[in-house]
Amino acid sequence: MKMNLNNPTLREKFKPSALIAIAICLAVVVLFPIVVTSRYIVNLVILAAASGVAALGLTVCLGYTGLLSMAQAVFYSIGSYAVALCTTRMDIGWWGGMFLGLVLAALMGLFLGFASLKVSGRYLAMVTICVQVVFALVLMNWREVTNGADGISGIGRPWLFTELDDAQKFCWFSLAVLFICVLIIWALKTSKLGRSMRAVRENEMAAECLGVNTLRVKVIAFLICGVLGSLGGSLYASGFLYISPDSFVYQNSVDFLSMVLVGGTDSAFGAVIGASILTFLPEALCDLESLYLVIYGCIIIVVIIFMPDGLWGYVDRFMRRFSKKKMLPEVKQALAVGECDCDEVLHIENIGMHFGGLKALDGVDYAVHKGEIHALIGPNGSGKTTCINVISGIYTPTFGKVTFLGEEITGMKPHIIARKGLTRTFQNLRLFSKLSVYENVLVGSQRAGGSEEEIIDRALAAIEFVGLKDVAYEQCRSLPYGHQKLVELARNLAGKPKLLLLDEPAAGLNESEKEMLGDLLIRIHKMGLTMLLVEHDMSLISKLATKCTVLNFGEKIADGDVDEALTDPQVVEAYLGTKEVSEDDA
Amino acid sequence: MSGLAILGQNVFSGIAIGGVYALLALGIALIYRSTNVTNFAQGDITMLGAYALYILLEQLGLPYPIAFLLAIVVMGIFGWLFQRFVYYPLRNRSFLPVIIATIGAGILFQNVALVVFGSIPRKVNPVFASGGFTVGGVYFDLQYIVILVVTAALFVFQYLFFEHTSLGKKMQATAQDKTMAQLLGIPVALMIAFTFIYSTILGAIGGMLVAPIYFVTNRMGSTLGLKAFAACICGGFGDVRGALIGGIAIGLIEALGAAYIAPVYKDAFPFLLLLVFLLVRPQGIFGEKVSEKA
Repeated sequence: MKMNLNNPTLREKFKPSALIAIAICLAVVVLFPIVVTSRYIVNLVILAAASGVAALGLTVCLGYTGLLSMAQAVFYSIGSYAVALCTTRMDIGWWGGMFLGLVLAALMGLFLGFASLKVSGRYLAMVTICVQVVFALVLMNWREVTNGADGISGIGRPWLFTELDDAQKFCWFSLAVLFICVLIIWALKTSKLGRSMRAVRENEMAAECLGVNTLRVKVIAFLICGVLGSLGGSLYASGFLYISPDSFVYQNSVDFLSMVLVGGTDSAFGAVIGASILTFLPEALCDLESLYLVIYGCIIIVVIIFMPDGLWGYVDRFMRRFSKKKMLPEVKQALAVGECDCDEVLHIENIGMHFGGLKALDGVDYAVHKGEIHALIGPNGSGKTTCINVISGIYTPTFGKVTFLGEEITGMKPHIIARKGLTRTFQNLRLFSKLSVYENVLVGSQRAGGSEEEIIDRALAAIEFVGLKDVAYEQCRSLPYGHQKLVELARNLAGKPKLLLLDEPAAGLNESEKEMLGDLLIRIHKMGLTMLLVEHDMSLISKLATKCTVLNFGEKIADGDVDEALTDPQVVEAYLGTKEVSEDDA
Repeated sequence: MSGLAILGQNVFSGIAIGGVYALLALGIALIYRSTNVTNFAQGDITMLGAYALYILLEQLGLPYPIAFLLAIVVMGIFGWLFQRFVYYPLRNRSFLPVIIATIGAGILFQNVALVVFGSIPRKVNPVFASGGFTVGGVYFDLQYIVILVVTAALFVFQYLFFEHTSLGKKMQATAQDKTMAQLLGIPVALMIAFTFIYSTILGAIGGMLVAPIYFVTNRMGSTLGLKAFAACICGGFGDVRGALIGGIAIGLIEALGAAYIAPVYKDAFPFLLLLVFLLVRPQGIFGEKVSEKA
């Protein structure tokens, strides 16, 4: 990361209050092991720090990216055993062992990441459970390497300018590692990658169509998750100098999950709070003897049911109430659209899309030229949305060819097509509803590349253009429907599009909102943006469209000027039916 | 013992234990179909069922049939409480918080059991004290036969109940389309409560059936529950027939894997196979759609 403090995001990230908070944390890290000398508490702090680092992995995976992993104890064990084996049996030392653990955990993370290509949701959770169960059994039974149930003792500690041989020094080291990890994961959240991750969590398909390589993002999420899990494990092993397989079973993975849930999944601080509470709580409640386990279980349920954002969610909301309203950075430039150096922007040749026996599209061709608003109309079920899905890469057509600016894009992944400047909206809104308006548009703006500053400038211009400046920091889900539609438009405009596909932009809007939308689209048109418009509202079409293609039952029945196409007898028949047809039916 | 007898022995015990997995999987599948909730607490409900039988049978000394029925009633009530306090508050949230709440509930149940019963494994006597009999070198343990009979009976009951009673049809309608069911005057919330009660009873019966085979401990449900999941996924999530076949398949795989490959990896075989399935043929044996794309 370039540490350029003129960079607006960095300036926002490292504002005075944040710097003070960082300084306080740093002071705690440095002073704590000096002030607290109780061996017992120091050990607990090491445990909490190790768990905290591992839980941070879940913050990235589950909290940011929305991938439920129940295999954090696997990564934890990789780091633990790597350090244990390297310091006891091989002469590689702690740092070598830790590094080896990171590499192995990264490989395992890659494996889980690619599994997410095949399965998602509860099935992905099941993949992680399978890995967890099998791995735990291997640790238990591969006696030659892991020493089985007896575990490994006499684990070494790292050398860092001095031998960290007593618990206090190692506690300091663990806290320092935790501090650095928290700082990185906290900064990650508002970075380009972090935004992409949260976009994937909120709506994977929309993220993909805005140019986010969702597979890559998910793989990276698992990678970070694994690396942090392993790092935590290395701290754990050296903290207690002894490990055995029963600390790395399914139950332990569930414990890590509980930590991030209790603390709050959406923030790095949540993981630390959760890990601390769940480490210290059993000790604090130990006077109640075994009853503490019940209380522990109750706390988890109560937190999940009544505090969906965890404890940090509460703190965060409380702080936000007292901090002053955030101001949007200044808009520096006007909205710009992409330049097309080719007259024929989009060319569709003989496209067919069959779903089993259903021919949603059957040999359609048309072309969209530079500067046009090309309307694609037809009765319900005529294949309009399928057509948009084929062009944007969501479906690979059964046959035929799609050419965008002279380049064939048939069968390419949506994010690659999106990065070429072809962008789309969705019939049913697909917003990143828990992200703010500003963040939604930033994700859209990332597609066109450039530095963070350029991304921000484009996003601001787009927000200004659609007139949502006043609500830029609101969560999308709290906005009225009409505004949400505008967010989607802004999200597309911020990425310097060359062709904009609009799938029923006016659906669900009232008359005045439609009017406003029409005016906006005309302004965009005047800026030179080519558009393909799917719409049912004929008044909007006659107001906007310059060319028109009519589909019916997956085939093109008319093409050309709007007035001409709308009066074509076949089109009238498709929309209204004819006498002969109704007689045939009867 | 001849090779064939060993095979027969393992197939027999595999199918019997598979029957228990199938009961649990059926419970998971029914809840999933009607509420879209993946109930991670099913294994721990099984454990509670086993403890319920232990109290009534071993501590209160009730005769088997009465203890069995009473345990079913108790667990039925428990199922209602479970849906009221775990599912109901979260019914309008996405799948993740609900899954996590059921995981939390599982942790709670395990810990409550630990507090109440301690960590000493408890023993429950089998239904028939006489043990079993041998045919052609294969030992038929009566408890395993009880499992097979009860499982078969429950699946027949399930079929008759869902296809031929009004209540069963209402529950099916609720599972298929909640809004439409509501418009037709079916009390949807009640039907969902029934589904939870029924699924809880299925899990509890599973627990009562294995209680004499395994020792009853507060952690016995974890592995059982996970294997029931594996069964559910092998059979295509939410499919009744799939739950049965998936359950028996998992039972067979672990019995045969343990006998012929490596006994210490008994619990690993079903999960290894499931892993391969998920990555190579994610739609399950019967081809349910897995990818959650629009």
